[in-house]
Amino acid sequence: MSTLDTIPKTKQESLVEVLLRLGDDRLIHGHRLSEWAGHGPELEEDLALANVALDMIGHASSLYSYAAKLEGKQDEDHYAYFRDDIDFKNIAMLELPRVDFAFTIAKQFLFSAFSYFLYRDLIDTVEDEQFNGMLQKHFKEIKYHLRHSREWVLRLGDGTEESKKRIQSAFNDLWMYTGELFDQDDTEKAAISHNLYVDVTSFKEEWMKLVKETLEEATLDVPDNDQYMFSGARGGRHTEHLGHLLAEMQFLRRSYPDAEWK
Amino acid sequence: MNKKNQKTEWPLWEVFYQPKDGKPFEHAGSVHAPDAEMALQNARDTYARRNEGIAFWVVPSDQIVASTPEDVGPFFDPANDKPYRHPQFYSVPRAVKKRK
Amino acid sequence: MDTQQQLDEFQKRIDNGETIEPKDWMPERYRKQLIRMMSQHAHSEIVGMLPEGNWITRAPSLKRKMVLLAKVQDEAGHGLYLYSATETLGAERRELVEDYLYGNAKYSSIFNYPTLTYADICVIGWLVDGAAIVNQTMLAKSSYGPYARANLRICKEESFHKKQGYEMLAKMADGTPEQQRMAQDAVNRWWWPTLMMFGPHDSDSPNSAELIKWAVKTKTNDELRQHFVDRMVMEAEAIGISLPDPNLKYNEETGHWDFGDIPWDEFWSVVKGDGPMNRERMRARRKAYEDGEWVREAAMEYARKKKLREGKAS
Ligand SMILES: [Fe+2]
Ligand SMILES: [Fe+2]
Repeated sequence: MSTLDTIPKTKQESLVEVLLRLGDDRLIHGHRLSEWAGHGPELEEDLALANVALDMIGHASSLYSYAAKLEGKQDEDHYAYFRDDIDFKNIAMLELPRVDFAFTIAKQFLFSAFSYFLYRDLIDTVEDEQFNGMLQKHFKEIKYHLRHSREWVLRLGDGTEESKKRIQSAFNDLWMYTGELFDQDDTEKAAISHNLYVDVTSFKEEWMKLVKETLEEATLDVPDNDQYMFSGARGGRHTEHLGHLLAEMQFLRRSYPDAEWK
Repeated sequence: MNKKNQKTEWPLWEVFYQPKDGKPFEHAGSVHAPDAEMALQNARDTYARRNEGIAFWVVPSDQIVASTPEDVGPFFDPANDKPYRHPQFYSVPRAVKKRK
Repeated sequence: MDTQQQLDEFQKRIDNGETIEPKDWMPERYRKQLIRMMSQHAHSEIVGMLPEGNWITRAPSLKRKMVLLAKVQDEAGHGLYLYSATETLGAERRELVEDYLYGNAKYSSIFNYPTLTYADICVIGWLVDGAAIVNQTMLAKSSYGPYARANLRICKEESFHKKQGYEMLAKMADGTPEQQRMAQDAVNRWWWPTLMMFGPHDSDSPNSAELIKWAVKTKTNDELRQHFVDRMVMEAEAIGISLPDPNLKYNEETGHWDFGDIPWDEFWSVVKGDGPMNRERMRARRKAYEDGEWVREAAMEYARKKKLREGKAS
């Protein structure tokens, strides 16, 4: 199930689709975070960013593994290394280049907050045992990612003039990519009918409230919702950045596909 | 680049971790952090990478009061003449020992 | 000035195998030498993140990507433990860091070589971490308590570093012709620089004797290097990799492997800053440090404001 614009019909197709959406978000996010290794603003934060990146790639790997089992693919690497950018279902925000620490933190915060509510509700909804087990395990780590990024938003927002300027402009630049978080498409509706996904719009207000309160506590302005919103990445229509990211990520594996690399 | 800018050296914290539920806390090492919340998070990110600890204490390093080597005599000697305080002072019947 | 009596008593403690703790009396020179050696060790861990970090985004499987990221992260942890241990001697991390970024402090020259193919990652794990383990196992028994403890913790983590590299290298050496070529090429490039990691010959190592006298180290550079070579010859053979030294020969008399002349000219020129990657490595570390300045400052400023607010509230 990875052709553009195809809506899953069976329950299993829906499950695979959901696993890949969650997995792609996490792989691409983890990839960008991993670029910080060795370049963090302080040693302790280098360790922290790597921890989040490891969690993200780890989550992606187990989600993909399950999808591979369902689809009869060889393993998790199939989804990471042998799909093209139009097959990837991650939201666009996560593929944007890392820019600076403020941008990374703002992105991390917006996405962690989204993941927090999504996983919280998925755990109550998903009946598939293996999938639910994963969700519960990953939820613990997501809570920590949210805490870590939220604390940093407060520090950067209410820190120095420079940090405030940087984190404010990060939120401003990222805002047009937040609309996509709550775009509900037919694929999601199909998954919802099988109790494999939840209506993301149902927690949009809670997400907004958390973001708003955090930004206000950080003495930041909440960007205007009434602006152009990017959409389409879940369906394979990405920014230009994803292609470059994948070119880098996949080149070695694709150059020697028959070699053993695990 | 402004060198030796003391303003931005984060203070040092001593980290103590509890290896398992019910076990006493042990010294793990230290971290730099701007405040207590970040010190806790940094402690977790640094010293629990392999699940070494389930809980942490962080204490500003300058708040630790340590005995000095000169204290060693008067501080710790008194117990030396109270061997009955140490379990090795007591012999255990062979039958009991065996069961361990 | 340290009196002769103090020095004698200190030496007696060392010779008794006692551990020196931060608050104990120690010769000024012992403190200085430790700060130099320990911070150099710390800098090496940090700069060491760069050559391997170069392959995180290109690792050929998700498993290898996570392994590599976890390893590079561990190196940050090692740097952190070592800076902390050095700080017990009255130095500050920031000062130490600025000493290598803008001053004369050194770090291990091995990290001034490039990682050209993914096989380099395997070979670094096998050879470079392998050499580090030999060194750090000795240092875990160092006379200075905090340094010994830091190394003990490091050693526990390091064995995973070596294993993952050796395991993957074995797979490559046993893999497709392209993988075999990459693996052998990487070993050819890293072998001699790894042998240099143990430092100059004992006869050219001015600090060695003193460090051994104080039990900071317990073995000489040449002893450690020999131990390493003996081991690696076996391990290379086990996976069908050849080592690029035609003079490698088992010596029945000594029970050790003799090896050829180490290219010391190259060593000294890299130490002095003229290696293939010295400038780039320093540029990358300076950039991270300088780009991080506003972040560190913001966090301090926030902490200051928060304290002020809490003070007012109570
Ligand atoms: Fe290390
Ligand atoms: Fe290592």
